[in-house]
Amino acid sequence: MIVSFAINGENRSATVAGWESLLTVLRDDLGLAGSKNACEQGECGSCSVIIDGENVCSCLVMVGDLEGTSITTVEGVAVGDDLHPIQEAILEEGGVQCGFCTPGFVVSAAHLFENNPSPDEATIREAFSGNICRCTGYGALLRAFHKLSEDDS
Amino acid sequence: MTATTKERVVGGIGESTQRPDGVAKLTGNFAYGSDLWIDGMLWGATLRSPYAHAKLTKLDIAPAVTMSGVRVVLTQEDVPGRPGFGQVEQDQPVLCDGTARYWGEPVAIVAADDEETARAAVAAIVVEWEQLPAVTDADRARAAGENYRDMVIRRGDPDAAGTVVIEAEYETATQDQAPLGPEAGLAIPDGIGGLDLHVTSQWIHIDHIQIVACLGMEPDDVRCHPVGIGGAFGAREDISVHIHVAMLALRTGRPVRMVYDRTESFAGHVKRHAARMRYRHEADEDGRLVKVTVDLILDGGAYAHTSHAVLANAAFFTVGPYNCDNVVVDASVSRTNNPPAGAMRGFGAVQVCFAYESQMDRLAEALGLHPLEVRRRNALESGDPMATSGQIVEGSLPTSRVIDELETIPMPEEAIPDDPSLLPGGTGLTTPRSAVVRGVGYALGLKNLAFSEAFDDFSEVRLILTPVGLEIHTAAIEVGQGLVTICQQIARTVLDIEHIAWVGGDTSQIGSAGSTSASRQTQMTGGAVYEASVQLKARITERFGEGATLEEITADGPIEQWVRYRHPPTEEPDELGQGNPHAGFVVAAHRAVVDVDPELGLVRVVRVDTVQDVGKALNPQAIVGQLEGGIAQGVGFAIMEELILEEGVILNPTFTDYLIPTLLDTPDVQYRLIEEPAHWGPFGAKGIGESPTISSTPAVVAAIRAATGKPLTRVPVRPQDIVGV
Amino acid sequence: MDFVAARDLATVLDAKAEHPESELLAGGTDLMVEVNLAYHRPAGVISIRRCAELLEWTDRRIGAAVTWASLEQGPHRALAQLARTIGSPQIRAAGTLGGNVATASPAGDGLPWIAAMNGAIEVASRDRGVRLVPWDEFFVGVKETTLTADEVITAIVVPDDAPVMQEFAKVGVRNAMVIATVSCVVARGDDGFRVALGSVAPTPIRVSGAEDLLNEASTIDDTVLAEFAEMVSAEVRPITDHRSTEAYRRHASGVLARRLVERCLAA
Repeated sequence: MIVSFAINGENRSATVAGWESLLTVLRDDLGLAGSKNACEQGECGSCSVIIDGENVCSCLVMVGDLEGTSITTVEGVAVGDDLHPIQEAILEEGGVQCGFCTPGFVVSAAHLFENNPSPDEATIREAFSGNICRCTGYGALLRAFHKLSEDDS
Repeated sequence: MTATTKERVVGGIGESTQRPDGVAKLTGNFAYGSDLWIDGMLWGATLRSPYAHAKLTKLDIAPAVTMSGVRVVLTQEDVPGRPGFGQVEQDQPVLCDGTARYWGEPVAIVAADDEETARAAVAAIVVEWEQLPAVTDADRARAAGENYRDMVIRRGDPDAAGTVVIEAEYETATQDQAPLGPEAGLAIPDGIGGLDLHVTSQWIHIDHIQIVACLGMEPDDVRCHPVGIGGAFGAREDISVHIHVAMLALRTGRPVRMVYDRTESFAGHVKRHAARMRYRHEADEDGRLVKVTVDLILDGGAYAHTSHAVLANAAFFTVGPYNCDNVVVDASVSRTNNPPAGAMRGFGAVQVCFAYESQMDRLAEALGLHPLEVRRRNALESGDPMATSGQIVEGSLPTSRVIDELETIPMPEEAIPDDPSLLPGGTGLTTPRSAVVRGVGYALGLKNLAFSEAFDDFSEVRLILTPVGLEIHTAAIEVGQGLVTICQQIARTVLDIEHIAWVGGDTSQIGSAGSTSASRQTQMTGGAVYEASVQLKARITERFGEGATLEEITADGPIEQWVRYRHPPTEEPDELGQGNPHAGFVVAAHRAVVDVDPELGLVRVVRVDTVQDVGKALNPQAIVGQLEGGIAQGVGFAIMEELILEEGVILNPTFTDYLIPTLLDTPDVQYRLIEEPAHWGPFGAKGIGESPTISSTPAVVAAIRAATGKPLTRVPVRPQDIVGV
Repeated sequence: MDFVAARDLATVLDAKAEHPESELLAGGTDLMVEVNLAYHRPAGVISIRRCAELLEWTDRRIGAAVTWASLEQGPHRALAQLARTIGSPQIRAAGTLGGNVATASPAGDGLPWIAAMNGAIEVASRDRGVRLVPWDEFFVGVKETTLTADEVITAIVVPDDAPVMQEFAKVGVRNAMVIATVSCVVARGDDGFRVALGSVAPTPIRVSGAEDLLNEASTIDDTVLAEFAEMVSAEVRPITDHRSTEAYRRHASGVLARRLVERCLAA
């Protein structure tokens, strides 16, 4: 089947069997390798994308079900050549080490701050409870998100 | 030398310089091993043993071979060169040699046109097994003489005795590194009999030696290239996809990609050694250690890998950062049918730290001393002899200062909160505030720096100065810790150049940088960069004087400076473990505050504070990243991370059931850094990558003990251990 | 592969009747794990994620495609509490109570709530119409329900007398993305206390003996509560597996149930 959708504002389509995960199709067919595959079970968030305004794990989304949807991946968060403020903040606070979880955090952060420009501590923690990081211990990431929250308030 | 502008060059040592690969990682443009792609590549897949110990009675690859889209199916008889690999002993067969010795052992490999076909082909292979009894108890293996290594340490008077005797047995389970980035390799034949292998690794040169031997090829014909790594923590120190994907590429003449999914990743890399430790601490009535007696056994799993070195680390650090004149250690690492064990952050020092710190707490309690006081009274300092080896500690080791500084960090202000989602159980709403007890625990940890026991440990770097700036050519692997950043900072500080590029070389382009492990790269590759920079600067100054520009200096072409940097030599100890086996030491302290629900055995780690001996803080932000990240792994090992093994089979090889701390599980961290320069390495910096994960675990367990009164002699602590059911 | 993206219930029922082997897809949080890890390849898929009727919900009837994220805001207190613990924000944005019911895992977080409400599963097929199956007739074993091949779960229905007072708790070793070691829902209605548990039997269960003890007591004091907790521990049928032990699950069942009753009493 052919599935057509908008990815990062661009109309794209993919010829698929239909049962494939969106993550696989993004990475293998659409040249968008930014979303990462670390567990394929929805247990780590490194494949997070935004579909029709919802932050979901693309490894758990069946591509056949995406006709007509609007998708944002990590590649669509930055504006042109400039980093998004979220990306700037994470970089400045030292929130990137190996970076494998980073795309997932960037997307989840984009979703959070789009819906809630000044989240409090508890909201921030819960918002990222589905994004695993094995390197940073989350401290630098939290500092980045607090900074963004304060900047917006 | 001056920069092209008169402004101060930023990003020198001591600053929290931004990492150079950060933008690519943030925008999804950084290439990890699992992102590598080349048109026309084939996909590799692996058939693995479902049993821990079994004889292969039938292996029929014909159904896979004849499947449409399958290009080749290979077994052990297709291995062109040496049949086995391993860093020390080459005892692991490339593919099953007729007997599978651990669950997940590779049996056959397939290359096919696409991933789906490769997997279907693996499933189509007809394989039959005759199960054999699995040896899963390391004690019994040891008794049967099935040991990779035995060690004996005897120092002082074996008949010495103390008035206070503390005896206990401790256990640590199997922890997994669980880096998010999976094992990945892309092997590309060069068309003239050779191969380029792009592979996730912590040390491409040691991989190269093993790969070349198993392929039966000339070293120059195989080139191992570093790729982006999604974390390592020891999991990338040994061979995984390497030889398999190379074999598939050479046989098909096509590029081949092999990437493990999460379950296969759990099967496909070495783990932290599980340990059982029997300890007897004897002290005088002031709490000063008189004698420490240890019987230590590590479970090495099915193949040797780095078990020899892990055992040495564990054995030499059985006493910890404390003085003791009389030490008796008997230590073994055994061969079992459990999954192979190998390197994981801490490398043997983690397991014994849990034991010796638990002992020190018991000693404190027996004498009515504060936990930190008993440690203070025994603190190992610079100039003291190591309790185990007798090696005089050279260079800094600010143990007492680390203890004192820890006490200056204020305790958390907030009392036990009211919001149930901030209590043990979290949003599971299990626990009313009235059921919560708060506890505080302390621990110190000791680690060696770099490699030991006369290992020829070095790192090569080539600097190339061009009109644009400086290139650092190295095979050193960046796994996320920030080596790329601090090497630039070091060179920038010495040479006063802004534009510095890290050029990751393959095995044909540059010599070995050694492993990214053992907390060594800051001092070793950083040390090489420093040495090379200093030498380069001296040559330039001699030829051009001060103040020459880059254009002037490179007018006749680029200028190169090559260095092979070594740390001060270490020795093989004698047959009683005496001598100078280590290159240097690093110490750290942790204090944990936990809230416990004793009735349900649930724990919330509120804070873990730390004081870290850093030598010199080259990049404070990167250091904090290691402290916080290591503490998260230490917390994980304390209360949730464990590979559950049953008859050698991993029951929880997924992120659903191998639990890593999430943001809701990770405590806040406050820290202090102690800067007393190391006696070798760039600017006196010490490697601190492992310290944070060594003493954080025992601190958390000590805090749970303080809250519950339970002895808790096992890590990770499970709810049933706290409840006592 | 046959893929039907259904926008209305008639399409769903028709497709299922024509292709009983087709699998329903809502959030994908169970089915896609099968696809990814067990290499399951469905013969046909009927997506109900955007099916209008299945997205409707009231406090008495929750459509099968309503997501956990929606239920976090919902009128049922314990359901909102448990919805918040499921997986992660990403999982909650996709996963559904209906999917939880269809999978019928012993650890399904929503299932004890249905049991505590005396709820029923509404199922429909093109040819045999709608039937309402009481929860204890629907869940019959580990991942086993009485749903027939041509049927579709359309809603979870709770009776009029669903108690307002309801509390939930779940034991897990980690604070997010954790399979329940034990979960419990206690509700207090006009008919007394109802105590349901999950992860301690092949299906969700009500501990009726313990409920009777509580409801027949003239006053509920500490002695009664202690006895109640013991009865709960005795009535549950947990196993030892890689997540926990039978002994711990028994113990935790009693503790959770007692604490939730205390919460109800204090309210």
